[in-house]
Amino acid sequence: MSAPIVLGIETSCDETGVGIVRGTELLANVIASSMDEHARYGGVVPEVAARAHLEALTPTLTEALERADVTLADIDAVAVTSGPGLAGALMVGVGAAKALALSLGKPLYAVNHLVGHVGADVLSEEELELPTVALLVSGGHTSLLLVRDLIDDVELLGETIDDAAGEAFDKVARLLGLGYPGGPAIDRAAADGDPTAIRFPRGLTQPKDLERHRYDFSFSGLKTAVARWVEKRQDAGEDVPVADVAAGFREAVVDVLTQKAIAACTDLGVPRLLLGGGVVANRRLREVAQERADAAGVALRIPPLDLCTDNGAMIAALGAQLAAAGRAPSGLDFAADSTLPVTTVQV
Amino acid sequence: MLLAIDTSAGTSVAVVDRDAGVLAELSTDDTRRHAEVIGPFIAQALEQADVTAQRLSAVAVGTGPGPFTGLRVGLAAARAFAFGAGKPVVHVVSHDAIAATLTAPALVVTDARRRELYWTAYDGLDADGLPIRVDGPGLAKPDELPTGRERHDAATVSAAALGLLAEATWAAGRDFASSEPLYLRSPDVTISAATTGGRRVTQ
Ligand SMILES: [Zn+2]
Repeated sequence: MSAPIVLGIETSCDETGVGIVRGTELLANVIASSMDEHARYGGVVPEVAARAHLEALTPTLTEALERADVTLADIDAVAVTSGPGLAGALMVGVGAAKALALSLGKPLYAVNHLVGHVGADVLSEEELELPTVALLVSGGHTSLLLVRDLIDDVELLGETIDDAAGEAFDKVARLLGLGYPGGPAIDRAAADGDPTAIRFPRGLTQPKDLERHRYDFSFSGLKTAVARWVEKRQDAGEDVPVADVAAGFREAVVDVLTQKAIAACTDLGVPRLLLGGGVVANRRLREVAQERADAAGVALRIPPLDLCTDNGAMIAALGAQLAAAGRAPSGLDFAADSTLPVTTVQV
Repeated sequence: MLLAIDTSAGTSVAVVDRDAGVLAELSTDDTRRHAEVIGPFIAQALEQADVTAQRLSAVAVGTGPGPFTGLRVGLAAARAFAFGAGKPVVHVVSHDAIAATLTAPALVVTDARRRELYWTAYDGLDADGLPIRVDGPGLAKPDELPTGRERHDAATVSAAALGLLAEATWAAGRDFASSEPLYLRSPDVTISAATTGGRRVTQ
């Protein structure tokens, strides 16, 4: 008997994702993004995202089935992100997944978005090795996890205490007039810049901060420091060296992210680091992570980029792991939980 | 036979049939638990009516007006259920389901939060028994509501009433409502000056 076919629905932020897997085999990964609609606001507007999810829902389902070359009758289970994420956006997926599972008469697994990012790696060629530290960075979250068992034992080591890293990229890009989304815009601008020309502060890396926030992140102070630096230049009537500012800012973000992730691996004696989340698309982050992982003797895993950004395939993959382990389905009365803790893999 | 869903106020799910009437209805006026109750309500409605998804001819859903977050849960559920069952979705203006029992001219009013109200004006029922919508739906402050019709406030929308109205609309060969959700507010009303940026950090 072949592994069960699971359809996963993801609507926690601004991507409507529908993925279909057969066990650990990826059959389809279709993503409709409302990114363009957020451009004029310079950041994700929750209500705009939620409206877009509703419109994208059935077209995305249709396309996923076509790409996977399966019919509704082939689906053995449905999985959905129940949190964490934007409440109104999550509710679209939760409402849809419950109704879809009911109409198909199939079990429904409600899963954790962050653990889903780790679960995406089971779809890679090489088998996911555990335990692993996972660094998940996007516009919605910046979290460092210790994963001993994908469906049973996930621990939150640290997370951002203010802005998500992706959010900081968006805000600084707006400040520099570079457009949206901020990640690629900063990357382009930084290409000709000197990352050492301006040294911006690294949040929560001072000894006194490390005591309480060893694995936590903070990007709000960095964003303000960049704004101050730019305003000072402008007030003095001088040109702003955009490339250097972008490069210096990006270096500060990448430095803190990789420093803390590698520290976790070293401290905990876990020689594996997995990256996930949309910010992984940032080339400089991947470069520095690779350098530091090599230096520390840590094996670095980066799933394919379309499995790093928010997507339905990772949710389907985690659902398939739960089903394969014989877990009971989630029932029908769970809520969308915008602050679902990572320790809750399945709701 | 229809599965009918409305989440423009509380959550209401029903199974109705043109000949047999209301076979099941589950409702709550709780305006904070749409995503939780939609699943159990659909399951229970089908079970009480003793029907499978395959025996339904369509799914009817209310398009509002109603507060965004809740309204979308019903629309998402209706579309996904219909998708899974391979059935069409038919759309009904939620206020029409309230007006379906009002024979005299009336202004149907529901809560839009933020000290505003949703309203729709009706002139009774036509020869097919369908409500005659003459103005709206609209959004207004309480002291700016259209005048001239008796005000009819509603806290809930019955999915059974909505489903029966859909059956009557179908029987009369009339058009259903547009699939467009009646949000009546632009999505950026919640954005504060702080997030739209441009502010200095130094004074
Ligand atoms: Zn994510």
